[in-house]
Amino acid sequence: MSAADLAYNFAYIDEQTKRMIRRAILKAIAIPGYQVPFASREMPMPYGWGTGGIQVTAAILGPQDVLKVIDQGADDTTNAVSIRKFFAKTAGVRTTTHTNEATIIQTRHRVPEQPLQDGQILVYQVPIPEPLRWLEPRETETRRMHALAEYGVMHVKLYEDIARHGHIATSYAYPVQVENRYVMDPSPTPKFDNPKMNDCAALQLFGAGREKRIYAVPPHTKVTSLDFDDHPFEPTRFDAPCALCGSRAGFLDEIITDDRGSRMFVCSDTDFCDTNRRAARA
Amino acid sequence: MYVAVKGGERAIENAHALLAQARRGDPDVPELSLDQIAEQLKLGVDRVMNEGSLYDRSLAALAIKQARGDFIEAIFLLRAFRTTLPRFGSSEPLDTSKMDIRRRISATFKDLPGGQVLGPTFDYTHRLLDPSLMQPQAVAAAPRAPAPETPTPRVTDLLGAEDLVENSPPDDDKTTADLTRDPLTFPAERPLRLQNLARADEGFLLSLAYSTQRGYGRTHPFAGEIRFGEVEVEFFAEDVGFAVPLGRIEFTECQTINQFKGTASEPPRFTRGYGLSFGQCERKALSMALVDRALRARELEEEVNAPAQDEEFVLSHSDNVQATGFVEHLKLPHHVDFQAELGLVRRLRADFAATTKPKREAAE
Repeated sequence: MSAADLAYNFAYIDEQTKRMIRRAILKAIAIPGYQVPFASREMPMPYGWGTGGIQVTAAILGPQDVLKVIDQGADDTTNAVSIRKFFAKTAGVRTTTHTNEATIIQTRHRVPEQPLQDGQILVYQVPIPEPLRWLEPRETETRRMHALAEYGVMHVKLYEDIARHGHIATSYAYPVQVENRYVMDPSPTPKFDNPKMNDCAALQLFGAGREKRIYAVPPHTKVTSLDFDDHPFEPTRFDAPCALCGSRAGFLDEIITDDRGSRMFVCSDTDFCDTNRRAARA
Repeated sequence: MYVAVKGGERAIENAHALLAQARRGDPDVPELSLDQIAEQLKLGVDRVMNEGSLYDRSLAALAIKQARGDFIEAIFLLRAFRTTLPRFGSSEPLDTSKMDIRRRISATFKDLPGGQVLGPTFDYTHRLLDPSLMQPQAVAAAPRAPAPETPTPRVTDLLGAEDLVENSPPDDDKTTADLTRDPLTFPAERPLRLQNLARADEGFLLSLAYSTQRGYGRTHPFAGEIRFGEVEVEFFAEDVGFAVPLGRIEFTECQTINQFKGTASEPPRFTRGYGLSFGQCERKALSMALVDRALRARELEEEVNAPAQDEEFVLSHSDNVQATGFVEHLKLPHHVDFQAELGLVRRLRADFAATTKPKREAAE
């Protein structure tokens, strides 16, 4: 085998594999929140760096699509740059940083601030798809628990938080329940983003490459954050507005600006922040 | 400041340029050729082919060169290439009893049909650094014995004739599950477990095998046989209607013989552990055989209480490409989740201060 023989298909993955992934995606959409096992392939990026999201994106990507890739909400973080370049190179699709222009948005750890539209697809990169993993490490057990909708341990865990701290001390990867059935890990997005998953107009697909699971939330599906009547879910709030665009609507990153404790808070969603600033200038 | 903390496209390109330069090292030192790697670092190439699950010496040598000698990185490169290859089908089962033996030892019999053939081995060498290797030197041809006229039967076949060791499971014509085409599910049958172990990290298997010897899931192993040599690979071609040879490749096969007390329906007899690897990877094949046997505890109605006997634990964590990816992904930015945690810890600290302060005041 010589180097000249090394040629790759549109979006890297061969068509047989794409069909297999699409079947898993269709099943996932049919059973919202259920983790569908799929024969995840090795990707040319490491496991844990978005191989699940990349496979899902590769399987649904067409030549007409416009792709946006974010990591921590930003288009210019290293891994987002790397994945965007990968699809620009292997599929030749148009890429964008604008949330409203994209047909497919691949994300790690954030949901864009701008509400998503009908026809858009949000692809999440998921490290650990199993919300019950930290309570029960065995997959043979957790699959049974999901099958029987036996989610008592999760409520006990949340209750113990309240007993100890007076509130639920989970700030990200906050578990949700989909259409009153499957408890789902929202991928480690901050709980700030949980409300955006509910009744979302876009299709939300979740890919976990190393763990070989795909799950989905179809458009306009009910996604509720687990809580109690007397301790309802509280989304994260920030005390200050974004130091760059002045918005109070977005999730803020804390930037340490010197070694004397100075800091500023700025939007994690770079497209949202840029758009706000452009609108203010106009 | 805000821009400076974000990684840019140019920064990535520059880092890769720096990597290319670091890979080459001092340009006054001659560049490594793939032949040099394939010939003189053969055991490294063997390991990369095994865990990369692709038998191609030149691509494995290329991967090692590109990875600057980092084997796990090289394995990853090979896997990422392998996954894009079309699949024509499965080969016919290998007949390792027809192996062209380069090395064959048994620890269970002093002598046996086919004999003990030491072959190229580090065993019995004194591990003294050899200063003569600091300079290139000619190597005298090693003496060679003629190839044996008679075949070299496997030790387990010799014992099997007396029913002292369990038989190989019958070939039931069932299609074997394929780890690279189906997600791993539990409980996993033995063929699937062996596939997983065959591409598993050598170090991980070595430590697990070692743990069984030290008492964590003890299985009393004997190295029944280790053999290394070339075996012909055949493929059943639908078009012509018979199996055609594809070529000869190097394998190391290891069969351990382990004690077994028997059950209500089975008389006492020896059981087996099985290890198979590309090239000459004896440590890997032997470790694999020990772990294979340990993982059969459930099937053989033995007590399951050690890590090496726990198939979910072993099979879920054996793959070094998965493991290194997930461990190293911690280098990716996590500042969004960290920000959420930062807010939470500040709030918990404020709650803590608010609840402990009045008590202190009350005590004063």
